[in-house]
Amino acid sequence: MTDQTPALRLDGIVKTFPGVRALDGVSFEVLPGECHALLGENGAGKSTLMKVLAGMHQPDEGRIFIEEQEVVLPTPLDAKAKGVVLIHQELSLAEEMTAAENIFLGELPRKRFGMVDWKTLFARAGEILKKLNCDFGPETKVSRLSIAKKQMVEIARALTVDAKAVIFDEPTASLTDAEKVVLFDIIRDLKADGVGIVYISHRMDEIFTISDRLSVLRDGAYRGTLVTAETDEDEVTRLMIGRSLDYSRNVQHAELGDIALEARNLSCDPLFRDVNFHVRQGEVLGFYGLVGAGRTEIAETLFGLRHPSSGQILLDREEVHVASPADAIARGISLVPESRKEQGLVLGMNCRDNMTLPQIGDLTAGPFVANGAEIAIYDQYRDRLEIKAPSWRSIVGNLSGGNQQKIVIGKWLAMKPRVLIVDEPTRGIDVGSKSEIHNLIRELARSGYAIIVISSEMPEVLHVSDRIVAMYQGRVMREFTSDEVTEDNLVQAISGIGGERAA
Amino acid sequence: MVAETKPEAGRPARIRRRTGSNAMSVFAKQGILIAFALFIVGFAIFSDRFLSAENLMTVIRQSAIIGVMAIGVTVVVIGGNLDLSVGSMLSFSTVLVVDLHDQMGPGLAILVMLAATLCLGAVNGLLVGYARLNSLIVTLGMLSAIQGLVLIYSGGQNVDIVNQESTWFAIFGRGYVFGIATPIVIFLVFALLVHVLMSSTAFGRRVYAVGGNPTAAVFSGIRRSRVVFTTYLISAFATGCAAVILGSRVMGSQNNVGQGYELLVLAGVILGGTSLLGGSGNVLKTVVGVLILGFIQNGLLLMGFAYYVQWLVTWIVIILAVWLDVAAKRGRLFSPIA
Repeated sequence: MTDQTPALRLDGIVKTFPGVRALDGVSFEVLPGECHALLGENGAGKSTLMKVLAGMHQPDEGRIFIEEQEVVLPTPLDAKAKGVVLIHQELSLAEEMTAAENIFLGELPRKRFGMVDWKTLFARAGEILKKLNCDFGPETKVSRLSIAKKQMVEIARALTVDAKAVIFDEPTASLTDAEKVVLFDIIRDLKADGVGIVYISHRMDEIFTISDRLSVLRDGAYRGTLVTAETDEDEVTRLMIGRSLDYSRNVQHAELGDIALEARNLSCDPLFRDVNFHVRQGEVLGFYGLVGAGRTEIAETLFGLRHPSSGQILLDREEVHVASPADAIARGISLVPESRKEQGLVLGMNCRDNMTLPQIGDLTAGPFVANGAEIAIYDQYRDRLEIKAPSWRSIVGNLSGGNQQKIVIGKWLAMKPRVLIVDEPTRGIDVGSKSEIHNLIRELARSGYAIIVISSEMPEVLHVSDRIVAMYQGRVMREFTSDEVTEDNLVQAISGIGGERAA
Repeated sequence: MVAETKPEAGRPARIRRRTGSNAMSVFAKQGILIAFALFIVGFAIFSDRFLSAENLMTVIRQSAIIGVMAIGVTVVVIGGNLDLSVGSMLSFSTVLVVDLHDQMGPGLAILVMLAATLCLGAVNGLLVGYARLNSLIVTLGMLSAIQGLVLIYSGGQNVDIVNQESTWFAIFGRGYVFGIATPIVIFLVFALLVHVLMSSTAFGRRVYAVGGNPTAAVFSGIRRSRVVFTTYLISAFATGCAAVILGSRVMGSQNNVGQGYELLVLAGVILGGTSLLGGSGNVLKTVVGVLILGFIQNGLLLMGFAYYVQWLVTWIVIILAVWLDVAAKRGRLFSPIA
């Protein structure tokens, strides 16, 4: 295998941004017909490396070879013309155009006078979609397609050129299991055609399913390449974060206090109905269910972003009406929202300003914001959560996903809430930060917080929760204690099978 | 740089690119001040009157009206919205204060005018803040509606203050405080006050948060609608203050005296580096932006160009400022990606 000519080879790539050395002499190669996984924590430099490959960033130093020909890739178009195609994590399709137009965007077949040759366009696009086993036609409007199918369009786009290497950046982030299988089949087909695949993902199981070799980045530096068949998750994790991880079931129960928050027959039509649960001080209550089961909507209702259509919310055994987020905050409810970039942070603001935002009105001396008090709060939670940022003046948007999430958590811990709701605490962050955040949630519970954790990841729910509420289509199917829950009965409950009240 | 060439980095093309982008980022970060200095030097070479203390003071005094308005609009823009209604709002407020002056005296006239102007700002604020309508549409509509309102109020007549010599109203446009023209004092004090408001108070922080990410602001318990509403009140108040200066200076008012001011005001805000996307910007830099416009105008006149040449030059300066701003963010002048 190693005496083949690499489809793509990087040699000593260095890329610096103001204040950050994002890539520090990274070398990397992918052979034709190989799937080479690229791993690393958030901030390790994976995305930067991919952008260098795709012509979106220019390296400060180092060289890029395509089939051992040194190339310069000043723009994404150059990269594509030379056979390097990036399938974006965030899809970049023109929603109001047809699949065919998107596939050939920028190089639509033309007739005389520059008119689009629709017949040829649809014929060629149809061919490619067929090759990908897509069940939609080239004339389908992209806005009508599911995310998985949109991804197919992106992949089809890659196949319009003579691709030497295709880079997949977290391709399964929003796919269902069935869709994943289809994607993996396509990747295998591409491999069979001799295309080199670069596969970036956080998910270990996928990497072990699909990749032939894997390379690890840490802090912008290359840490080594392993043959997938000859390694295991433990070794890879150690290479990524420099230590092993504990991902066991939660067994330590904290000392439980009084009921902090209770919902009685809470409904918000049509999102969820007759929901009952309570959480005690010192307890972590997990909410598990499929996307759309109503978990996030419950959190938003408790936080005053939605108003219940019926039912009661009790805080410290007293009924409350939470009118707005400001009201929720005043009552001691904090919500770490699902999407940190859209809901959690003002990305253009610095770390300190983000962290103190919910309480800025109270941090005043006379009419002015008390600078010292603000910095003291930031310093306190920076140390407690081990946030790695150059200074409080650092713009939050420049931090890694894990550190951004810690800023959001710090922002809400700083409110000293009685009830802390955490929606998808570790979405899109790397394994190292993930376990830190899990430990933090357990530690907070031990120190007396009442915590609600909403998650779509089963290991996570099992790991952090004392009790688990399983939801299905807006209803609570079953509540488990951590002793009685198993992966099987949990999966059944969230699929609507075998719940206590499967009405 | 060339002497310490590393083995694998010794390719001149890359070094040039790197230093090129460094120089560009310095230029883009301080670009507004550098451009300012270049204009001053340029005009000073071509006209010996340009740098005289008298001329400088004249320019600042003439910039005061646009400047005060631009400070208010900066607050709106930082909050993520636009205010294009300030032009005809200036006409409205000036006509009103001048007309009421002879009926109820200067003090009461100013108060009534400010109250009326704040009502107009409140309409903007309600529609954009609470009804969540697009600010471009709302304030563009208000620009037209308020112009209509002025003409209805005045019946198409221009207004004048009859007894121009004996009223203390003259102090705002024609007077001096400690030897400095009052418009300059109002301009700079107002700038300083609003700067402190935006940089050092909880309200200012909320405006930046709402402009930077409205959803995250709401999730942080900020009452977004109220914040946006308040930014429009500030903008209206600023325009009211500008109307006092203008009315006092002219001692009368035409119906359309503020026509076109909205674009000059916005030009000053943009030149000051405030992003139209919201969430970033600086009131004091708006002052610099407005002064640049003022000095360009003045310099071109002194060099003997017709007054309308400034419109063209202003446009070029704005395009350059905006271009440098985005070029600094993406690291090169032309980019295939955003």
